[in-house]
Order: sequence, then C-alpha cells, then structure tokens
Amino acid sequence: MNYYIELEKDIRFREGLNACLNCGICTAICPAAEFYNYDPRLIITIVQQKNNEKIEELLQSETIWYCGQCMSCKTRCPRGNTPGFVIQALRYLSQKCGFFADSEKGRQQYAIKKTVGENILKTGYCIHPDLVTPDMHPEQGPIWEWVLENRTRVYERFYANLDKQGAGTLRKIHQKNLDELASIFSETGGNELYNDIERFSEKQASNMNLSFTETFDNDYFRHVCTYNSGNHSSE
Amino acid sequence: MNPKKMWNTYQKEIPENNLYYARSCIRQNFFPASEFIFLDIMRNVLGKYVFDDPNHTTCTGIGYHADVVPFDTTQTVIARQFSLMTEAGLENIAVSCVTSFGLYTEVLEMWRHHPEQLERIRKFLYKATKREFNIPKSIAHTSDIMYSCKGFIAEKSKYSLINKDTGEPLRAVEHIGCHYAKMFPSNVVGGAEFPRVLAGMIESWGGQVIDYPERRHCCGFGFRNYLVQANRGYSVSNSQKKFESMKPYKPDFILTNCPGCAMFMDKWQYLIAEMEGETYDSEGKGIPVLTYEELAGLVLGYNPWDLGLQIHQVQCEGLLDKIGIEYNPDLKYADKDGNPLPLPKKPDILIQ
Repeated sequence: MNYYIELEKDIRFREGLNACLNCGICTAICPAAEFYNYDPRLIITIVQQKNNEKIEELLQSETIWYCGQCMSCKTRCPRGNTPGFVIQALRYLSQKCGFFADSEKGRQQYAIKKTVGENILKTGYCIHPDLVTPDMHPEQGPIWEWVLENRTRVYERFYANLDKQGAGTLRKIHQKNLDELASIFSETGGNELYNDIERFSEKQASNMNLSFTETFDNDYFRHVCTYNSGNHSSE
Repeated sequence: MNPKKMWNTYQKEIPENNLYYARSCIRQNFFPASEFIFLDIMRNVLGKYVFDDPNHTTCTGIGYHADVVPFDTTQTVIARQFSLMTEAGLENIAVSCVTSFGLYTEVLEMWRHHPEQLERIRKFLYKATKREFNIPKSIAHTSDIMYSCKGFIAEKSKYSLINKDTGEPLRAVEHIGCHYAKMFPSNVVGGAEFPRVLAGMIESWGGQVIDYPERRHCCGFGFRNYLVQANRGYSVSNSQKKFESMKPYKPDFILTNCPGCAMFMDKWQYLIAEMEGETYDSEGKGIPVLTYEELAGLVLGYNPWDLGLQIHQVQCEGLLDKIGIEYNPDLKYADKDGNPLPLPKKPDILIQ
C-alpha cells in the first residue's frame, strides 16, 4: 500500500498540508509538545518526504496519538497548513490498517469506541450522565457524585427533561432520530470504522493474553484505559 | 491601516432572532441550567424567537476529535442538523457548544473549498435519511449572541460586577475555547488575536478583565487526553499551567465560553487541591468558574440556585457575597419544590 496516496484521499490531509517550510512554529505553540515527547514539525517533515517505510513507522507509533486537537497550530502556521488535520488523517489510516493496535496510546482507541463511540448510537449524545461514573471519573469530585445519586430530582431542579420524550436538556432522543443516526453511520463508514477498531483490538487482546468481550467488562478494556508506561513525557 | 477599519475586519454579523438552537452534550450534563437560562433570557427577557428542536442529536464532535468517528460521518450528521433547521423554516443556527461551533464552521469552510465534498455529503444524507438541506445563512456561538445582547442585559441588570465593599470592579479571567477562535478566526468576534466575546460581556457588566501570560493557552481537554484515564495527566497539567499563571493576579472568577473548559477548570481545581493541597485563591476555596449564561443570570438578578451554581465543584458564595447577591443557603441543595435533598460529601480542601 502506498500510504501517501491513501493519505491524500483524506480531504483533511489535502486541506491541511500544502507545503511546509519546517519553521517549527506548530511545535512551539503546541500544548502536547510541551507535555509529551512530541514534535508535529517532525511528523509533517516525514509525511512530506513520502517515504513509505517511514510513514508506516508513523502509523505504528505512539507519537501520532499525542495531539489534543486544540488546533492552535492552525492559527499560527505561516503557510496556512494545519498539522492537526494531518494527524487526524494519519490516525484514521492507522485505524483502517490496524496499526493503531501496535502502540500503547493507539490501543486506547478501543476504550473511546466502547464509551463515547457506542454512546452516540445508543443515546444520541456523546456524553450522558450514565457514562461519567465516579469509578472511571474520580476527578469529577463529590458534587458530581451527588448529582448522579440524586439525578432525577437534581436535573428536574434545573429544568431538564432527563430521559423523557420531547424537547429540553438531556431529553430521550426519539428512536426515529437514533435510526437516522444509525443509518448515517452505516452509509458513511462510521460503522465500518467501529468494526475495524473492534476487530484489530480483539486480535491484539489475544496477543496480550487479555480477556475480550462484546461489552467493555473485560481485561483488555481495563488495560488500555489505565495503563501508562511512563515513556511519553518530554522530560 | 486605519485602526477603526482594521477593527472592522475582526467583527462578525450576529443574528439575534429566529434562531435554530443546537444543544451541547457536555453542557446538558454538567451545566443543565445554562442552556435553559440562555433560552429564558433570549425569549423572556429579550423577546426573541429561538427554536429548541427535540429531533437534533449530538454532532458527534467529541467522538470525531477523539478519532473514532470518520469525517464523512460527522459531516453528514451536521448536514442532518442543517436539514432540521431547513425543515423548521429557519436560516440561522445558534450553537451552544464550542466543539460543535468549530466543526460546523469547519464543515462549511471545507464545502466552500471543495464543492464536490458538499455534493457527496448531500448524497450520503439523502441515501441515509431521504433528507435535503439548505446551507445556513449564519452560524453563531451562543456566546456571540450573548455578547451581541450585552448592552440590553446591562440596561436590565440588577447587579454590577463591582465589589460592594471596596467599590472596585471585580477582577475576571476570561478563557475562550480553542475551537471558538483558533480554528477560523475570521468567524469570531475579535479573531484569534483580540477575542472580545467574553471580555466585552465582563466590561459591559461592570467588571475588569485581567490579562495574564497563559491567557490563550488550551485548558487541556485534548479529547482522547481526557477521555482515557491513563492520559489525564496531560489534561490537568494544561489547566494547572493556566492556574499558576493567573494566581498572582488574584482573579475573583473565571469566565469561559466552552463547555469543556468550564467543566475542566472547575474540576481540575478540585483535583489539584486534593492531590497537592494547592488552591489558586487566597482563601483556599478555589476560583469560581462561570458560564456566560450564569454570569448574565447573576447580573440580571436570577436566583443563583436557579442558575445551577451549586453543582460546580468550586463553590460560589464568596463571589455572591462580593457582588452583594442575596441567597438562601437552605435552598442550595433542594429539589424544584424546595424540599431538601441529601447533602453532598465535602471535599477535604475546597471547603466553602
């Protein structure tokens, strides 16, 4: 496979990379470059060289998963490039090829698919109170725990329409709308990407001797959510 | 260039009436009252028409920026929202979420640059749902609209952002979501260099905006960097960098226009306090973080407990006392009929 040609099929790649002069302002402004051992300038240089072997290494690497997509690079590039868009295209290709499962940070895509990804089709929201559980989100603190413990009366207090039909905050999204959402996912490659993430993750779980199930109650999920080798820092 | 002419290039036209309202996933969870207050101010204080459509869904933005949703899928979901707007006979969208605002703007920009992509998405949407759509005449973030209405709100206000004991303006730190101003600067008030959207509100309502070194640094949401437990060090480190930078300027409150930023800057103060015993105010209680609807509601004289200030982790009584806003502590943790709810556990550090 010629990865550069594959990348060029992604409209974000065409929009995000014209000609990079390697000035490094994207790295200077990048919050991820400050925290991780990460250099978007270098990624763009590698991609621009069109060396298939080097691009494959990128697709298997940790480095493409560090970007937080704040898009500060878009504001500052003097040539109108958007390294963040190039990263999005690299991540998409990495998942389509299965390379994401080769890296610690890439493997985490399975956790995101199982939570936010599946929640979109199940509820019509990216985030729902049921998803933000205190065990997975201790940083949310005691007030959030209180909200969850008293959710019906608390959301009602703030005029929400929690899990009920009709308009309003946290309303139950009607099945006809969820059906349209599902149909869009099916038509546009959304389901296919979910299936790719699932398929390659299952294979990786087997390589790592970790349990893998249809729900996220499995060792592979717990591992990718919480494991941090500590080898990512810029320090 | 004439400075006046130059400033005109940083302006945008903001429709204030006949709006299709697109809600935010994060705000509905963490700031449920803010969206209600926006609609209440627009409809009942300012007399505008805003349509709250039960049929719209997430734009998929968080999934998209965490790379589990393909761009074609996200574009088609957004096209469906445009179709719902068209069906409602409206032309202008008011977007509650900054991630959605950035994406809607990105999608329109992409379609302008690549018209064949627009046709592709039209086909996808029709095949999936038999829907068609018009391109919106305008896309405004709801903070744009509040900014545009700031003068009317000031006229109707009951309180000013003035410290009632000293007579001095309250000191505010404003934080603008990255996807509001950094992606498409020409679509926002003041662009990426001089974003005025929140500063304009603060100053119109009597407060003083503090400049500080890391004012424009990301809050650290970073999508996958928060969603996955193992990565959250990235997220909190970015917020911590901002807190440390703003601390010497002694802000009375933080104002944000982004759902994630508001939530993170509130919750990360709790986490840092619990982990390191560090707070960024002089009294060890944290710096209150407000949404722009909460701030507008306070100056208009809404009951703070109707605004949902009690479900922030950093408590707000200190700020209410400075402004001179009256509140009933007994109704802080009560249901809609005023019946008491069980009290939340107290954090060890940020205690009001």
